[in-house]
Amino acid sequence: MQDTLFHILFVWYPYVCISAFVFGSLIRYDREQYTWKASSSQLLRKRQLFWGSNLFHFGIIFLFFGHAVGLLTPKAVYSLFITPEQKQLIAIVAGGIAGTVCFVGLTLLLHRRLTDARIRQTSTYMDLSILIILWVQLVLGLITVPFSLGHTDGSVMIQLSHWAQGIVTVQPVDARTLQGLDWPYLVHLVLGMTIFLLFPFSRLVHIWSAPVKFVTRRGYQVVRTRRPLGGHASGSAYKPASE
Amino acid sequence: MSHFIDRLKYFRSTKEAFSNGHGIATNEDRQWEDGYRQRWQHDKVVRSTHGANCTGSCSWKIYVKGGIVTWETQQTDYPRTRPDLPNHEPRGCSRGASYSWYLYSGNRVKYPLIRSRLVRHWREARKTLAPVAAWKSIVENPEKRNDYIQVRGHGGFVRATWDEVTEIIGAANAYTAKTYGPDRVIGFSPIPAMSMVSYAAGSRYLSLLGGVCMSFYDWYCDLPPSSPQTWGEQTDVPESADWYNAGFIILWGSNVPQTRTPDAHFYTEARYRGAKSAVICPDYSEAAKFGDIWLSVKQGTDAALAMAMGHVILTEYHVKREVPYFRDYVRQYTDMPLLVRLVSQNGKLVPDRLLRASDFDASLGETNNAEWKTVGLDEVSGKIVVPNGSIGFRWGEQGKWNIEEKESGGNPTKLRLSLADVKDEFAEVAFPYFGNIAHEHFTHTNHASVLERRVPVKRLKLADGEAIVATVHDLFLANYGVDRGFGGGNVAASFDDDTPYTPAWAEKITGVTRDKIVQVAREFATNAEKTKGRSMVIIGAAMNHWYHADMNYRGVINMLVMCGCVGQSGGGWSHYVGQEKLRPQAGWAPLAFGLDWSRPSRQQNSTSFFYLHSNQWRYETLDVKEILSPTAPPGPWDGTIIDYNMRSIRMGWLPAYPTLTQNSLEIAGKAAAAGMEAPAYVAKSLKSGDLEFAWEDPDAPRNYPRNLFVWRSNLLGSSGKGHEYFLKHLLGTSHGVLGKDLGEEGRAKPTEVRWHDEAPRGKLDLLVTLDFRMSTTCVYSDIVLPTATWYEKNDLNTSDMHPFIHPLTNAVDPVWEAKSDWEIYKAIAKAFSRVAPEVLGVEKDVVLTPIMHDAPAELAQAFEPKDWKTGACEPIPGKTMPAVTVVERDYPNLYKRFTALGPLMEKVGNGIKGIAWKTEHEVDALKHLNGVVTEEGPTKGMARIDTDIDAAEMLLMLAPETNGEVAVKAWAALSKTTGRDHVHLAAVKEDEKIRFRDVVAQPRKIISAPTWSGLESEKVCYNAGYTNVHELIPWRTLSGRQQLYQDHLWMRAFGEGFCVYRPPIDLKAIKGVQGLKPNGEKEIVLNFITPHQKWGIHSTYTDNLLMLTLSRGGPIVWLSETDARKVGIVDNDWVEAYNANGALVARAVVSQRMKDGTLFMYHAQEKIVNVPGSEMTGQRGGIHNSVTRAVLKPTHMIGGYAQLAYGFNYYGTIGTNRDEFVVIRKLRKVDWLERPFKGKQEPAARHNKPEAAE
Repeated sequence: MQDTLFHILFVWYPYVCISAFVFGSLIRYDREQYTWKASSSQLLRKRQLFWGSNLFHFGIIFLFFGHAVGLLTPKAVYSLFITPEQKQLIAIVAGGIAGTVCFVGLTLLLHRRLTDARIRQTSTYMDLSILIILWVQLVLGLITVPFSLGHTDGSVMIQLSHWAQGIVTVQPVDARTLQGLDWPYLVHLVLGMTIFLLFPFSRLVHIWSAPVKFVTRRGYQVVRTRRPLGGHASGSAYKPASE
Repeated sequence: MSHFIDRLKYFRSTKEAFSNGHGIATNEDRQWEDGYRQRWQHDKVVRSTHGANCTGSCSWKIYVKGGIVTWETQQTDYPRTRPDLPNHEPRGCSRGASYSWYLYSGNRVKYPLIRSRLVRHWREARKTLAPVAAWKSIVENPEKRNDYIQVRGHGGFVRATWDEVTEIIGAANAYTAKTYGPDRVIGFSPIPAMSMVSYAAGSRYLSLLGGVCMSFYDWYCDLPPSSPQTWGEQTDVPESADWYNAGFIILWGSNVPQTRTPDAHFYTEARYRGAKSAVICPDYSEAAKFGDIWLSVKQGTDAALAMAMGHVILTEYHVKREVPYFRDYVRQYTDMPLLVRLVSQNGKLVPDRLLRASDFDASLGETNNAEWKTVGLDEVSGKIVVPNGSIGFRWGEQGKWNIEEKESGGNPTKLRLSLADVKDEFAEVAFPYFGNIAHEHFTHTNHASVLERRVPVKRLKLADGEAIVATVHDLFLANYGVDRGFGGGNVAASFDDDTPYTPAWAEKITGVTRDKIVQVAREFATNAEKTKGRSMVIIGAAMNHWYHADMNYRGVINMLVMCGCVGQSGGGWSHYVGQEKLRPQAGWAPLAFGLDWSRPSRQQNSTSFFYLHSNQWRYETLDVKEILSPTAPPGPWDGTIIDYNMRSIRMGWLPAYPTLTQNSLEIAGKAAAAGMEAPAYVAKSLKSGDLEFAWEDPDAPRNYPRNLFVWRSNLLGSSGKGHEYFLKHLLGTSHGVLGKDLGEEGRAKPTEVRWHDEAPRGKLDLLVTLDFRMSTTCVYSDIVLPTATWYEKNDLNTSDMHPFIHPLTNAVDPVWEAKSDWEIYKAIAKAFSRVAPEVLGVEKDVVLTPIMHDAPAELAQAFEPKDWKTGACEPIPGKTMPAVTVVERDYPNLYKRFTALGPLMEKVGNGIKGIAWKTEHEVDALKHLNGVVTEEGPTKGMARIDTDIDAAEMLLMLAPETNGEVAVKAWAALSKTTGRDHVHLAAVKEDEKIRFRDVVAQPRKIISAPTWSGLESEKVCYNAGYTNVHELIPWRTLSGRQQLYQDHLWMRAFGEGFCVYRPPIDLKAIKGVQGLKPNGEKEIVLNFITPHQKWGIHSTYTDNLLMLTLSRGGPIVWLSETDARKVGIVDNDWVEAYNANGALVARAVVSQRMKDGTLFMYHAQEKIVNVPGSEMTGQRGGIHNSVTRAVLKPTHMIGGYAQLAYGFNYYGTIGTNRDEFVVIRKLRKVDWLERPFKGKQEPAARHNKPEAAE
């Protein structure tokens, strides 16, 4: 029974979530361009947003990349530089700090969304759900810290990254190997996957459109011309009508 | 194609830099731009307008996209005005622009709805019974009837099918007609001009049935009785473009930029052209900032201000220096040179009636209507002459009903204005003074109640002996207290004298300083002198809503007449209230009142009706003694106000429906059995008491109005003065009446109307409302029918503010199950015709109608009126009592009659305002245009009126305003009566015929017709009285002139022969109730004022989300900072206003704009949006009319006397409500009453499933 449950949750469920995440995002991007947005409520109320939003985003971006690098870097690669023990220590310290920062920001945001009547009224069911799920997920992540301190050898970390790498390389590990893990890890995993599942249905889609290009863009004025580009010697985007 | 695939080409995208890299050109996908393009793309644009009783009457473009009405913008294709005159467009305002919201809003009525308890009884009864019998079984069972009427207003609607509801309505109407008489079926719909065909749909059905059409203009208190009193004309005003021609404009209680938004540009443009403007209103209104000067007059004292200005004008422009233009104008166009008899009364001389030719030996040679011909003194010959134009010349002879300066013999005459130079003596004449009546909230003076002033008089030998006579002119000046050097008391040597009616006197009462009064009066008159009458007063209904409205208005009218402004381009009286001007009225009336099938129709003045049937008379606090003149001649001045109405009905003055206690369908049979004609039988039986007036016992069940239709109206949420009394007595549901009735108070009861100790609760069996939105009226109805919005039907629309006729057209078909009013009444007519044969066939209906204005019968009671009931005279139908007519009703064929043009148009012809013409040619043309009925039956071969467009074509074809040929006929007919050629006014347009599709293409200017007193031409803007002054067509008054002296007995009795200042009346609505339920908050008493608003579509529709968003999202009242501070109210507090009539709850707007002592509540803020419960009544909030009650005025009940004769919406009692005071306090607890209704009528066992909806 437990084997089956674990098989479903840690072998099948990840692919369900990934599929929904990828195809859901694609479909929404193509069909619902007007809903592809962060739905910022800054126009309705600025209060708590400066600290809430900035702390949250700083923390969550750090945590996202921390998880990605931490889980998906093969041992063969990082062991050239550090030992698993060191890696786990870095993860606990850096993740703990980022997690705390994120926690403060997210709590502010959640409080604001729940208590400010104007924000509450304009929130959808999904807006509220996703915020609460993120907050729970973050708390679960922080709860794992003391557990991790109980096994500083990095064994659990290695076990988890094996599982994650197995999923992305489509060579899932036997789910039974996860049965010995402490409950916070397991719940954190399942909820984490669920976030991917809900992703295309929520405001999280704005992550796809993070304004990375902003940093490197050229030109203050963008002209989306209908004139074929390239092959024209002229330095101007504008052409007299006679051309 | 795919946004995602486009993104994949990111690295292949081409970019070109320009401007040294400051810009880049890319060729990325631009599909997203389509969103912006599509935002304003649409499939079609349709012309329509907003039928909200808004004088704007603006043509709008309605945009349709994918079958959905998306938005609207202003049309800009009005016909151009002539050179040098600004164009009309663009017309429209934010309120009209918000209308499309309604079509798909949550408040839209989407299906026929019916009270669940009623439909349950119906379905049960219908299992075994035929429709009429089924209805009978419900309403004759008190338990079943009470079951549904007592929960009116408490929800409980369920959907029903069209077939089922029309059958119920048809059965109810048939039952009522059979059991009590068709005059128990009542229909209320206002303002035909806002959607003529929709109005006509219901009124045509009712008229063919014998039901009653209810008036609105008087009920809304928009009708200024001063207009018919002075001019014999309901209301006629200049179009807004004529403001531009004015040199001096007074805005008097009119807030042009706020309530006349689409026309306000002409006001601005007139100011650019150089016109000067004074604004007179208590509050700092939006209009105030347009003025060169703002006079903040104490509310309700406008007459005092007008009298003082009149005093200045008379003194400086008529006495000290005589302006020739003014003098000649009043001589030719007013009753000023006519002679008035003075009689001795209690040792004092008082003005009596105008002398008539019949007072002299041999009637001065007049053989026709000598009793109705007024006389004057010729200045040259010194002889008494009978000048042309008085009403006696209008009927029974031809060619002399004109106001040429000629006497009846055809010789030129110059009438003497003043007897000062030819007097026999001076006489002291008594004038009543009311300004000394004490009122808690208004200033009074200590002058005597009777003011004697010296007037030059002559002694004349009349047929019945010697008489003392004076001219109206001399009496008029004396009344104003103008010092003419004759000596005597009560005249003012200087404007600083404290004598009525000087500026110094007015300063105390109005709060406006004397120098400002003098300045405005002088500027007004000087401009009129220099421009020959281009001084104008734009006046709103505000001043007309006071009990003594006539004095406010006549004070202003006097100023205009003294300065020769009426009938002159750029001058005159501009009273704008609503779309009262139904331009193609002559063509519309046959359609609307079924005059093509039977005449006359039953037309009730609503104010008296609702006063009676919502039992407001049982709570009357105004004692007739309080308003009677100290100079009243002897007469029957006892009784309460309702008694006067009853006397009026008996003498044939005002209508009364339901008329008789007996069924009007049974009387013709009884008359035949007695071997008599119906009129003689009715007269005899009324006298003997075999027949009784229903109004003498309105609370007897057999006299109740039984079925009420409301359409195009929000009777209960907007216009219903005395709202809580409606709920209590007419509807029989929960109410908020706080005061006690006359019985409980032990006050004097009526003598002519029977008193029941227990007042009825719930007179109506059935209340049916047609609306597109779930209004307050719908909420209280038994059946709600979903009707088409203004963008979903075909109809016509006109206004007094511009000369165009333009359409409503269906941009989209009515959504959900809605239908146009025309189709709904057709469906009801069809259902009625199907069920009626169960009890009704072809019936003879005896119809009683009052003595009508603009008909020969208006010459009914020339001298003192006599009441046949007292034995003073015999009851003679149409002369001393109502006229009696027998009308045939073909009930099984009602639907067929409804949809075909009946035979009377060919047989009898058509006409309006006393002018008649033949219509065979037009009827024939309609047969070709609309086609003829091909089905077998009584209507085969007649012109069809099947669709709303057919109906529109009928009225356009028959009206002179839209058919040049008819206009020529009408002018020719009038020419015969006046003896002058008027045909030239329309001859150039003889071939012009305006069709429905023409006005859909572009608004069309109407053709000049004798229906109206102004012209549409290339030379002048439309201006009221223009044809009177320039074509010498008489005004339709006793003298044929502007009637400044009202000589009817009742007018003199109530002190309004001449214009005087009368303070607001005391309605005593505070004392009995203040302190009944203290809530611990401080209280203040304020004057309750209900102006027209900024955030509702005209005066209605405050539930529009866009407007609510711009305002405060719910009901609000305005009060001044000072008043608010006194009772600790701060802006946006929830407050409660209450008095004996009921209570209302709203948020407070505290504003420095407000005058101390007043509380504004903008009109028609309904109780359906954001309204909590009242602590006083325990009922949901209330509306503005929850604290008002209608009070009638006896002078408005006069009839049978030339211009003082009844006309539907023309003369009659008006629903005044501004003399009302309320207590206002902060609300302690805001209770939203959001719990299930546990009405005491609710038996516990019946809380089953469908009931839960309630």
